[in-house]
Formats: sequence, C-alpha cells, structure tokens
Amino acid sequence: MSEQVREQDIRFVQGNEACALAAMYAGLDFYAGYPITPSTEIAEILAERLPAMGKKFIQMEDEIASMCAIIGASLTGHKVMTATSGPGFSLMQEALGYAIMAEIPCVIVNVQRGGPSTGNPTHVSQGDVNQARWGTHGDHAIVALSASNHQDVFRMTVEAFNIAETYRTPVILLFDEVVGHLREKLVMPKPGEIPLVERLHTSVREGVNYHPYLPREDGRLPMSDFGDVHRYNVTGLFHDMWGFPTDKPELVEELMRHLIRKIDYAAVSLTYHKAFYLDDARTILISYGSSARSALALVERMRQRGQRIGLLELQTIWPFPNQLVRRYTEHAEVIGVVEMNMGQLVQAVRLAVKKPQRVYLINRIDNRLITDKDIRQTLRAIQGKGV
Amino acid sequence: MSVHDYIRERFFPHMWCAGCGHGTVLNGLIRAVAELGIRKGNLVMVTGIGCSARISGYVDFHSLHTIHGRALAFATGVKLSKPELHVIVPMGDGDGLSIGGNHFIHAARRNINLTALIMNNRTYGMTGGQFSPMSGLGIKASTAPYENIDNSFDCVELAKAAGATFVARTTTFHVNQLSELIKAAIQHKGFAVVEIFTQCPTYFGRKNRLGGAPEMLKIFKERTVPVGSTKKAEDPSLIERGIFVEIERPEYCDTYQKLIERAQEG
Repeated sequence: MSEQVREQDIRFVQGNEACALAAMYAGLDFYAGYPITPSTEIAEILAERLPAMGKKFIQMEDEIASMCAIIGASLTGHKVMTATSGPGFSLMQEALGYAIMAEIPCVIVNVQRGGPSTGNPTHVSQGDVNQARWGTHGDHAIVALSASNHQDVFRMTVEAFNIAETYRTPVILLFDEVVGHLREKLVMPKPGEIPLVERLHTSVREGVNYHPYLPREDGRLPMSDFGDVHRYNVTGLFHDMWGFPTDKPELVEELMRHLIRKIDYAAVSLTYHKAFYLDDARTILISYGSSARSALALVERMRQRGQRIGLLELQTIWPFPNQLVRRYTEHAEVIGVVEMNMGQLVQAVRLAVKKPQRVYLINRIDNRLITDKDIRQTLRAIQGKGV
Repeated sequence: MSVHDYIRERFFPHMWCAGCGHGTVLNGLIRAVAELGIRKGNLVMVTGIGCSARISGYVDFHSLHTIHGRALAFATGVKLSKPELHVIVPMGDGDGLSIGGNHFIHAARRNINLTALIMNNRTYGMTGGQFSPMSGLGIKASTAPYENIDNSFDCVELAKAAGATFVARTTTFHVNQLSELIKAAIQHKGFAVVEIFTQCPTYFGRKNRLGGAPEMLKIFKERTVPVGSTKKAEDPSLIERGIFVEIERPEYCDTYQKLIERAQEG
C-alpha cells in the first residue's frame, strides 16, 4: 500500500451514510426528521453523531413538523437538514414553499422510492423529479441535485449546503433507493478539501435600519439570526424589504421576479455534471442517479467495440442545465434519456435540445434498477436494429 | 419599558374587526412581557395562519409568521436550536387544535419550554365564520347552516392529557387575569398552555345571535367561574378559569443538554 493511500480515510459505506457524513462535514448543526424507508439510515446516523458533537437531532411527529422545525432552527443561525422519501416529501411541500418564499437556507434529502402513494418503499424509482420542481404551489425556482456514486453523494451534499447558504434557498438532494442503500467505497475528503460556504451575516450595526430582504449588489441577502440585535418579520406572505406583509402590486411582482431570478441567473454556476466520452459521440445518453451507473456501464462496453456513444450525467437536475444539454447534444443523432419513471426529465431535455425529435425515453418502471442490458435493448429498438 | 416599546406602532390601527377580542389578548401579552422586563431581543413570537396569527406582526420581537397549524413545529426548531430565547406561540382554535392538533399534543408531550396561547373564538374568522373543533354542538356557522353536529375539544383537558406542565384558561373579559396567566406561563419552565376565550362578534356572535362585543364579554363574565368555585358544583355548565396544572417535570431542551453531555462522555 502506498503512503498516500494509507493516509487516506477510506470507508465502505451506504449512500445514506455518505450523505450523513457529508452533512456533518458541511457543518450541519440541526437535523429534524421522521422515520421513512429508504432514507431512515440518515436519521439514525445523525441521531448518534450529532449529540456527540454538541449539535441537535430531533425526531418530530411527522414530516410536516420536521420541515417546519428545520426552518425555525435555520433562523437562529444554524445549518439545517431533513431527510425523507416519497410520502414524506409530499408532506413537506407546503413548508418547502415557505422556505422558498421566506428565503430560508435548508437542505432536504429525498431518497426516492416507488410511488405514487405508499408505492414500493424498499425499491427504487426516480419518480419525484417533477415533484421536486413543482411540488409546492405557486410560481417558484428550486435547486435539486443528484448523484450516482458515494463520492458524488458526499460532494453534492456539501454543495447543497453551500448553495443553500449562498442563495438563501432550500436545496433538494434527489437521491434514490439504490444509491442510498448500495455499499461502496468512500474516500473521506480532508477538512478544507471541499470549500464550505458559511452563513452570511449582516454587518449592519444595532440601531441602524437592517433590511433582511434587500439584496446587496451581488444579489446576496445577509441574514441576522433570531436572538441577535435586529428584530424583523419573517412571513410566507408577499413581503417588503423588512419582511412585512404587502399586497402592493409592484412589490409582489418585484419579489416574485427576485425569487425566480436569483436561481435562474445563477444556473450556470449551479450546474454540476459529468461528461463521459461525449467529444465524438453520436449517441448520447443523459441520465442521473443510479440509472447513470447503468448507462455508464453500457457506454464503456460499447466504446470498447468502437461505437461512438457517450454519457452526460446530470448532477444538477433543477435549475435544468439547458445550455449545457444543448451544447453537448448538438451533433447527436440519438439522445436517450435514461430514467426510472414514465418520462420526467426527458421533457426538460426535449425543451433544451435543438432537435427534440431525436430525444427518446429509455426507462424502467417496475421499481427495479435499470440495467445496461435494458438500455441497450431500447437503444437497438430506437435505432431499428430489433431487440 | 412602556408597553409602547414592545409594539410596532407603525402598523396600527390593527386589522382585527371592531369588537374583536384579539387586541385585548395582544394588550395582556404585552403587559405580561413588559412587567417581566424581558429584553425584546430575547423574544421570538411564532404564529400560524388566521386572525390570531396576525398578532406577530404587531409586536417588536423577532417574529415568525408561518403556515397554517404548524407554528409549534417551527417554534420547536427555534427553541431547541437556541434554548436561551423565550418563544411565545399564539394560535387560534382552528390553527392550534384542528390543523395543528398533532403538533399541539406532541409539543405538550415533549414538555418543551414554549408558551402556547390558544385564542379561542370558536370559529374561523379569517375565512368567514366556519365552525371549528371548539365551536361545539348546536352552534351555527357558515359551514354549519343547520347547526353544528361536531363535538368540541376541551382545550384544558387535551393539554393536560398530552402532558403540558402548565395549563390555564381565562377570557378577554378578565384582562388582569389574562395578563397574570400569560406572565406565569412565560415564567413556567416547560410547555405552558393558556386558553383564552376571545369574542368574534363579526361571525360567531352574529351567526349565533349573541349580540355584539359587550354582550359576548358579558357571557364570558357570567358563564365562567374561578377554578374550585362552589358555583361550579351547583351549575356544572359553568366553565372554570384559572390555573389547572402547574407542575415541574424535566424540560426538553434541558434534558437534551444532558443527553449531549452523556453522548460526549461516551
């Protein structure tokens, strides 16, 4: 074993454990959650680890309360997270909208399972992609990230906290049952290896007018913790720059535009992706989460046979990376979107590309992991080669 | 500090109807806080949705106006993450005991140090006078045009059974008791509930032909008696007010701190 390898902290963990470890790495102070398969391990690990670090874990009475509790804890200046799965994610939607409206940094993990309703708790799907985008009512922007392996689960979890703090927004981590429960290697990043974004506090002194909802020139909104010198209002109603309710048309419009733009204008810097063999690819697979693992396996096998196929793995699901997808697929003859649902992200891909008629859905919907063989069969059908 | 120092005067006159009891609750609350001399920066008010919830806009505390029924869940996050803050949670009867009923019993069960005020006007005022779980049998409401057939909760019994360690009741007629009970509730270490009968002449009073605010206040005066009054034995339909429960039991944030110490030893 080389010296370098020995110095590394290498672990054999579940994806859910990688997520919990990453949350602690990112500085998680407060976790509230409710048991639900297949995300429960995240709560179990944090229930043990957070108190030992002097931090807080609370099991709430349901997922609604969990989401509300983390928003409350965020307002006292803490980094917060909750984790859940399908039905729990449905219950969180109203408070998620509150966090969007009141601009509260928080991280929500959804380890996707089969749905709708109780669906298939112990098996995989990617059926919550559009719920993550539009689950809460009203116009809004959202950030949702994904990952296909544990190194990336770790990285994306840390980035979720960074984005939440930078943009004062909830960030959804859209994992799935396969990634959550799979065990594989994780090389623990060293402290400082992944930069962390801390809460931006206002420098406005006591007695000077502080505007919690007035963006600085760089678009950021410095916060003041509950308990600090500035007393202001936080509400889910449309509000003015002090946080007080308003229905003045110009202020309503201004806030709506701000909430959308702060994410849309940052879309490029919020885009995380991985490109595999895309330079000369004529067949391009687009995937995310555990289905991207199968897509990559197929791409590598077909490359060995000299086929010009590549994979674009999207780690940022929302805001959808339109420019990136358009650029990579410019010369593609076939664009196959690999996902485990009836076709959710494929809709966004069709809107992004130049030739939507070249976009095909390659899916599996029986709550079993899509395999490289499944993808190959569908590709052959698309290319008229028979199955 | 004068009571004026605790309110955001620029938002007055308030948005509640003429004759509404909620302003009296605000008055009693502010007097309680002022008499206790709590620093404004140490106070957080968390509210949900409804007429009652608008109270948080009028106080010069840290104010968190949240979503319907969930104020106690938000408040739990605030309190556990920063236990040194005083957290006061005024709720309506629909907000706190219908949509928020689950959070109410679980906050009580945890005995987390929050001051919960149930501003009970027996109706949903903001949406136009529908019946609530506190309306009671025979009441008329916009969604009970024939009469209400839903049984009501007894807030005091519910809080007691759920584990609240301070439980009291008063009315907007008894303004001095109102202020004193809120003071005691804030000082209590643990989950404290004060149910406050408050009049809604606009909907509850009008639909049930109870007259205006003065007549409704008179009912509070005549139909309630101090806890332990002999009048109650003579007329069981009278409603008691005062302190029903005041006991010491380990408080959630304190116990959590001990859990941290144990986890850190391990």
